[in-house]
Amino acid sequence: MATEESKANVKRVQVKRFKPEEYPEKHYLNQETGLWAWLTTVDHKKIGLMYLMSVAFFFFIGGMLALLIRTELLTPARTFMDADVYNQVFTLHGAIMIFFFLIPSVPAALGNFILPLQLGAKDVAFPRLNLASFYIYVIGALFTITAIFTGGVDTGWTFYTPYSATTGGSVMMMTMGVFILGFSSILTGLNFIVTIHKLRSPGITWNRLPLNLWGLYATSIIQILATPVLAITLLLLTMERALGIGIFDPALGGDPVLYQHFFWFYSHPAVYIMIVPGFGIISEVISTFSRKVIFGYWAIALSSLAIAFIGFLVWGHHMFTAGQSSLASMVFSFLTFLVGIPTGIKIFNWLATMYRGSIDMKTPMLYAMVFLFLFTIGGFTGIMLGALSVDVHLHDTYYVVAHFHYVMMGGMVMAFLAGLHYWWPKMFGRMYSEFWAKLSCGLVFIGFNMTFLPQFIMGAQGMPRRYFNYIDQFQSFHQFSTLGAYVMGVAFFIMAGYLFHSLRKGKRAAANPWGSRALEWQTSSPAPLHNFEHTPVIINGPYDYHKPMSEFQLGIATPHNDHHADENVSHTESEKEQV
Amino acid sequence: MLPPAKSTLAAETDALFNFINVTSIILLIGITIAIVFFAWKYRRRSENDVTPVITHNSKLEITWSVIPLILVLIVFGWGLSGYVNLTTIPDDAYEIRVVGKSWLWEFHYETGHVSVNELHVPVDRPVKLVMSSEDVIHSFYIPDFRIKRDVLPNRYSSVWFEATETGESVIFCTEYCGMAHSDMLATTIVHEQEEFDTWLASAGSADDNLSPLELGEQLVTRNACTTCHSMDGSILQGPSFQGLWGSERQFEEGDNVTADENYIRESILEPQARIVESYDPVMPTYAGTLDDRQIDAIIEYIKTLE
Repeated sequence: MATEESKANVKRVQVKRFKPEEYPEKHYLNQETGLWAWLTTVDHKKIGLMYLMSVAFFFFIGGMLALLIRTELLTPARTFMDADVYNQVFTLHGAIMIFFFLIPSVPAALGNFILPLQLGAKDVAFPRLNLASFYIYVIGALFTITAIFTGGVDTGWTFYTPYSATTGGSVMMMTMGVFILGFSSILTGLNFIVTIHKLRSPGITWNRLPLNLWGLYATSIIQILATPVLAITLLLLTMERALGIGIFDPALGGDPVLYQHFFWFYSHPAVYIMIVPGFGIISEVISTFSRKVIFGYWAIALSSLAIAFIGFLVWGHHMFTAGQSSLASMVFSFLTFLVGIPTGIKIFNWLATMYRGSIDMKTPMLYAMVFLFLFTIGGFTGIMLGALSVDVHLHDTYYVVAHFHYVMMGGMVMAFLAGLHYWWPKMFGRMYSEFWAKLSCGLVFIGFNMTFLPQFIMGAQGMPRRYFNYIDQFQSFHQFSTLGAYVMGVAFFIMAGYLFHSLRKGKRAAANPWGSRALEWQTSSPAPLHNFEHTPVIINGPYDYHKPMSEFQLGIATPHNDHHADENVSHTESEKEQV
Repeated sequence: MLPPAKSTLAAETDALFNFINVTSIILLIGITIAIVFFAWKYRRRSENDVTPVITHNSKLEITWSVIPLILVLIVFGWGLSGYVNLTTIPDDAYEIRVVGKSWLWEFHYETGHVSVNELHVPVDRPVKLVMSSEDVIHSFYIPDFRIKRDVLPNRYSSVWFEATETGESVIFCTEYCGMAHSDMLATTIVHEQEEFDTWLASAGSADDNLSPLELGEQLVTRNACTTCHSMDGSILQGPSFQGLWGSERQFEEGDNVTADENYIRESILEPQARIVESYDPVMPTYAGTLDDRQIDAIIEYIKTLE
């Protein structure tokens, strides 16, 4: 008990419990409707959904391209497409999946939706800038689509010089698309950093920040620091192609290895733009479905920042055979192994969180476990590739292809799907079929391993990547891999099916169907237009499952702004006084 | 999982590969068992389950940070020592010059002999390859020897190996270089030293006894013409040789010419001079690779493909 004197110095605020309204009549989806209202909305949730639709579209395109690649590789020589078409297809598969799906998928789509909700904020700090980011993304996408239909690109997603400086096709249009897209990524990152710093609800101190937000915070830092380097590099490439200024092309006096340094200076940190927000989602999902306080909160939060930082210093491990000095290779190899440590720590922390938990194997948790398994394989094979002498053998073989698919798809996409299934009820106020969702998850898992495990073996035996023709000894591996890709294709169509079904006919979702303590679940599903009808007040950590639910639903009643002056709020169940 | 080890350094690389594989599989099995066991053992029994508050455990956390750290340091040191061996070229190495062109490999020997897509080397002797590219970046890879090095257009790069047994091994290009990237294959042929010396001495003169037609037929294969030019009319990266002789060639610029001796000679030595409509200017020059007698022989051979 405080003394009388100290009590007098404290500002007293009335805090009471706001139980979220179940099955609300009015929510963000049925207010401000109509096409124009959507296209001009500054609501982060609607912008998040527009991103979600866009990344789903590009995932579909990229996925179909992957199926074309795998089908062509059924036989060693030509199966049904020509070599130059094949080269364009694998280039587009890579470029679309990375720049238009993986990079925006968690930060821009899920992050946009969930970040202000987890902060108890009404929106991001700069809502109009947020909308602008979306349209910049759309413009970048239009450039890319134009490039595809006006000659295609056959450089590989890495655009290595001097090949990219000399080949035909729409390389400039494509790089302009990626250049423009970069600004969308930078602005989103900036917006998130400011929002996390300035718009936290009362009580959300840095040690009560949900780990998802630590993930997004680390990602945002990489986005604003690394993306400009890509922009500059692509601009230089365009200048070389359009104006003949020699920067990378030796025929003009340039240096092609310089391009590789510039490119990977962005593109390696970009790998962490893709995976670090995934770590955030996995932390939320494992804690929620284990109904247990997260193990090693600070270890997980700080390891995300450590990965973001060290991730800037390892780009040279893409160039062990490219002719950089042995000293440089040694340093880059060493730093690469250092990134492995915080990544390993996270895996153990998540396992420790499950220990003695109360584990509910719902679909998001299933995806989180699939993530743990596949991402661990991705991590170990990364150690393999970080070892200098072994990398000389494995570099640019299918081993590398399998490795980054285990990290990007097995890690990042599984985390994205965990997040999508986890927050789906909050987004749409509907549940999906658990049966079909689990079936689809199982098929994705089986199909994924069928596709990419054989590629480790092929790669170790020397099968180079980006090969249209291959020598006969690899055919059975390729065919098995293709079969796996078809299984995955079926799984994703099932997923599309039950998710669309859920939108129309799904059971209405409760405000907090998973019994989570996290703040975004303490408002109704779907969320109200301005997220909360009160200012949330936080007194516990986001994973304090040992505290009663009532302590997570506190808030200060705020006089309503103009947006819904006619509403009245009276969800008061109990009152609590708090200093 | 690995291809046969046929060089002196392959064994060290393989040992590290196997060490990482075995360690990883043991750890992966442990992690997988933990995931599955926890999911079953601690499955939710009722909505009122109470879970313990375990926020951290310093001893445990230090253990699972330090043990992986030690493991990766071992892997780092081991990989580094292998890499140093791979990049330290013995002084007495036998030197062969390698030129990568889209899409073939040329090997220049001390006698001035040039072989295309066939690398002949002696067994049990260090061989140093000094490599450069005529156009874009290629990468020289012999899986059996566990060596790989990028081949760049503006500088020389080197790689070395010592083959431990005679026989053939495949060479791949592993840096994407365009349409026929996956056809840029070559073969390493490892000979006994004596056999190698005999081959090198006779390499230039072995063709002397052949008629121009027979020689031409061999040369188009040996010089990788067939990577891009078919003999049966099918369209690859370049026009087919079938029906080429005496036909009207329609060029990008709009003019045309009848394919005669001079046109074929020009196309071999200065391939970029005139490009047939709908093809890309991608062929490398054969100036310095083929002599006049060989060009004559190829022309003779093309004449017969109607």
